[in-house]
Amino acid sequence: MDALLIYKFILCVIVFVISLGMAAYMTWGERKLAAILQDRVGPDRAGPLGLLQPIADGVKMFMKEEMLPTQSNRFLFILGPCLFMITACMTGAVIPWGSGITIGDVTYPMQIADINIGLLYLLGVVSIGVYGIMIGGWASNNKYSLLGALRASSQMISYEVAMGLALIALVMMTGTLSLGEISRQQDAGLANVVYQPLGFLIFIICAFAETNRAPFDLPECESELVGGYHTEYSSMKLGLFLFAEYINMFISSAVMATLYWGGYNFPFQHELGLEGNTLAILQTVALFAKIIIFIFIFMWVRWTLPRFRYDQLMHLGWRVLLPLSLANIFITGIVMYFLGKLN
Amino acid sequence: MLSEYAFWFLSFVAVFSAAGMIFSKNPVYSVLSLIITFFAVAGHYFLLGAQFLAAVHIIVYAGAIMVLFLYVIMMLNLNKLEEEKRSIWSKSLSVATGGILMLVLLAAVRRTDELNAIAAGEYDAAMGLTQNLGNVLYREFLMPFELASVLFLGAMVGAVYLSKKELA
Repeated sequence: MDALLIYKFILCVIVFVISLGMAAYMTWGERKLAAILQDRVGPDRAGPLGLLQPIADGVKMFMKEEMLPTQSNRFLFILGPCLFMITACMTGAVIPWGSGITIGDVTYPMQIADINIGLLYLLGVVSIGVYGIMIGGWASNNKYSLLGALRASSQMISYEVAMGLALIALVMMTGTLSLGEISRQQDAGLANVVYQPLGFLIFIICAFAETNRAPFDLPECESELVGGYHTEYSSMKLGLFLFAEYINMFISSAVMATLYWGGYNFPFQHELGLEGNTLAILQTVALFAKIIIFIFIFMWVRWTLPRFRYDQLMHLGWRVLLPLSLANIFITGIVMYFLGKLN
Repeated sequence: MLSEYAFWFLSFVAVFSAAGMIFSKNPVYSVLSLIITFFAVAGHYFLLGAQFLAAVHIIVYAGAIMVLFLYVIMMLNLNKLEEEKRSIWSKSLSVATGGILMLVLLAAVRRTDELNAIAAGEYDAAMGLTQNLGNVLYREFLMPFELASVLFLGAMVGAVYLSKKELA
């Protein structure tokens, strides 16, 4: 029991460090990718290929002067970015990062908490994630920040509905809310995206909206709102907001890979003749390859598509995605009925 | 033992944040205290083994309804305290309605001892799991469940109608 506890503690630290490391190098990746898409060079001063740029940025953020607007609410102003960062880091706890690693003769699952309401936990954390932006934006006492915060909250609530309904079709099919179980089911059968292509499409669009990424980055839309909810923020408090956005992207990529694209499983994994830890490590590498592909799509879309107008955003959320996800549930139900999978 | 400590901790948090919600002068602090109360109550549900209820409580109350509360408060920008002048009539009426609610709650609490005596023997820890809850809701109580959803639909239609009155 104690060994398990120590293992879980180490796993927590590893997941936390990897989340932060991925987020740091995603900022570098984003700038490089933007540079390639716009035919520029991008960051290349710090280290080879500019690889030390995230460290330089981090040092800059920490060294800058701490600024607090005089008319702001001090406590809430600092609470905002902290909350946003905490909720961003919380989601990693339920994701299965690999099948299981064997130390001695005990196999430990590579998942911090395989709770049987994992999907609901995920939705819960996503739904409280908006408080950081709202509180920060309101406490700044600036009308641009306030508008950004209001936009963020209404956008998050609108897209959560379609996201939850897209997941319901998946839950109907898999019959479980546990992410570990969903991953294991995809080991035996095909990846869920084969059965739920529409559900995946809805989910990825909602994931873009929930992480405030372009083309849904209305809360920080610089052409209308200066910087949106983080207009008044500087130094590492701004850094936390920006950093948490990248962690959110990383985690939602991991969620999409787990729920729809087979998780840590990869094709023909049992035909390779590998077993134990070698296979487990390869599976984790496969999961991270999938995650990096999704992160690439996040960035690719940002530097390709223009931003939505606010009414278009609401129209897409309520009049397109919501009916589509309801239809998806309906079709899933009918198909399951005719295949005799309902009891 | 651990769950007993957790119970006392959660109860402490719930009671104090609920008091903070009432006594706070700033509406935003009130909303934040209420969110903490919801988290504490969700923790109690977890201790009772009602995982689904706890998760849905967080998603619906803390994640959606309180966001809308906060949204409205920010929209109206109620950050300054404006003491409303109220007549003695409206004050005494609010005291009376609050007192009646208190009476109902006390009546419910008074009977918990009897209920406990029944439940203690046949308490099923797996009762609150999602699957069991679904089976009960969709097999035994399907009719009331569906009727409740019709009620919600009616409320939604009413709200849309009221907000679009000029078009009707």
